[in-house]
Amino acid sequence: MSSKRKIWREIPLYTMLAPAVVLVLVYGYAPMVGIVMAFQRVLPGRGIFGSPWVGLDNFAFIVSMPNILQVLWNTVRIAGLKAVAGVVVPVAVALMLNNVTSQAFKRTVQTVIYLPHFLSWVILAGIFVDILSPSEGVVNLLLRQVGLRPIYFLGDDKIFPWTMVGTDIWKTFGFGAIVYLAALTDIDPTLYEAAVVDGASRRQQTRHVTLPGIAGTIIMLSTLSLGNILNAGFDQIFNLYSPIVYRTGDIIDTLVYRIGIVNYQYGVATAVGLFKSVVSLLLIGLAYKLAAKWADYRVF
Amino acid sequence: MNAKIVKLPWFENLLNLTVLALLALICAFPIVHTLALSFSSASAAAGGRVTIWPVEFTTQAYRFVLDNPAFIRSFGISLLRVVVGVPINMILTILVAYPLSRSSTEFRARGFFAWFFLITVLFSGGLIPWYMVIRQTGLIDRFWALIIPGALPVLNTILLANFFRGIPKELEEAAAMDGAGHWTILVRVLLPLSLPILATLTLFVAVGHWNSWFDGLILMNAPAKYPLQSYLQTVVINPDPRMLTERDLALLQLISNRTTRAAQIFIAMVPILIVYPFLQRYFTTGIKLGSVKG
Repeated sequence: MSSKRKIWREIPLYTMLAPAVVLVLVYGYAPMVGIVMAFQRVLPGRGIFGSPWVGLDNFAFIVSMPNILQVLWNTVRIAGLKAVAGVVVPVAVALMLNNVTSQAFKRTVQTVIYLPHFLSWVILAGIFVDILSPSEGVVNLLLRQVGLRPIYFLGDDKIFPWTMVGTDIWKTFGFGAIVYLAALTDIDPTLYEAAVVDGASRRQQTRHVTLPGIAGTIIMLSTLSLGNILNAGFDQIFNLYSPIVYRTGDIIDTLVYRIGIVNYQYGVATAVGLFKSVVSLLLIGLAYKLAAKWADYRVF
Repeated sequence: MNAKIVKLPWFENLLNLTVLALLALICAFPIVHTLALSFSSASAAAGGRVTIWPVEFTTQAYRFVLDNPAFIRSFGISLLRVVVGVPINMILTILVAYPLSRSSTEFRARGFFAWFFLITVLFSGGLIPWYMVIRQTGLIDRFWALIIPGALPVLNTILLANFFRGIPKELEEAAAMDGAGHWTILVRVLLPLSLPILATLTLFVAVGHWNSWFDGLILMNAPAKYPLQSYLQTVVINPDPRMLTERDLALLQLISNRTTRAAQIFIAMVPILIVYPFLQRYFTTGIKLGSVKG
């Protein structure tokens, strides 16, 4: 086919792409241009073209903030704990579900444990604030009945990060389990048959056939979660935190929100956001490299 | 595959079933408890007498909530958001997935456009520049602010493009022989073969629209324009006294704040519970396509 006819044939493809390209240019790429605000003192009403340049002042200001290292540590800590628990719990549950012989029981459990995945953190925060309340929450009422002292799940800064990890696992483990369960069904059945012939017990089957069978998926998903190490879960924390737990619960995203949206310090907030985007991008790049190497994963 | 699975020893099996049943209970309990609270009397809720069953059954909380014009209005905005937003999401997903699913000989700029879209997933300008652009484009306080900026779900597009690529080429080639162009191949050949994945993606973006709260919260200045989840965020999670009208204050004292909160939360969950059986049905399809590519 001549190159002219080729272009002719490609025109419908460009037509299909056109609306999305415009949209992504405006709402995906234009904000990237807006990053220049990180190097400006953004004045209200002057926008990014009229505001004065201040070099690295915003970054100097961030570094001088007394709580910045704490916020960074909180972010990495909460995200890291979630990432670890987010592999261990779903894998364990998937293996347990795989051992269930009654299909009805298996289906019932699955139905119940996936549901929280589809509920927003606004709804879940509404539920958790109520049931975890130290005065009237049902969890603490139960604790009291067993003779324990009430726990300030959301009001004690030593406990708050663990409450975040726990409630996050509560929401996500069912979804995670089905991912691994899907990987389990891809394991070659003849491997199990061979194990049976060799006289393997159920536990030996799990150890020597099932686990190695999903190892690729485990490695891939844990590697990819590296890119999320600065995403400690804005939706969750924003809806559950309060000033009394800032010491351990404030994360980069909530800080950006308060600096930018609440206090209108656009330049500083953009600078913090830029730092986060750059570090995340580097980590995602690294994660994909590792995932490609270890688990042969490709996006396309 | 059960035939070739050796059974666990009975006590391990029992332990396994018990732990799983406990996990299911832990997942269900908070939701059941909220439902029970919403149908309980104010005094029973305040006295901590409610666990998984309504105590002193009453629908008072629901009557209060459904009498509140602000709640009804935000519920309506959320519904409208789903009805308008989902078709737009799906049309754009399909229109972008098709060109990206072509081979690079058929569409030479394919690689360029794939990266063009993917980069926006990997890197973003951050919250403030995003907000500024939406303000510059005049969407603040407009319903369309909830639809337009996120109108192209890039990851769904990649899923669908990968799915299109998995469809046997012979079908397209046969159509092309008969003189079919790209549009005909997309509409007549690929789409009919993609109904399950299209259903999956439709449900997922619908749930996404229903659950979104942050965009409404910061892009709408007037609470009267909040979708339901943003409304709940300001009324239930972070109550702002300015948001409460005198009527609210007077009535709230009559019935427990707690039961009304539970009722509002439960009503917001109802649409999800309605589509949940369908979500579940397509769940495995979606996940297999998404995370674990064969």
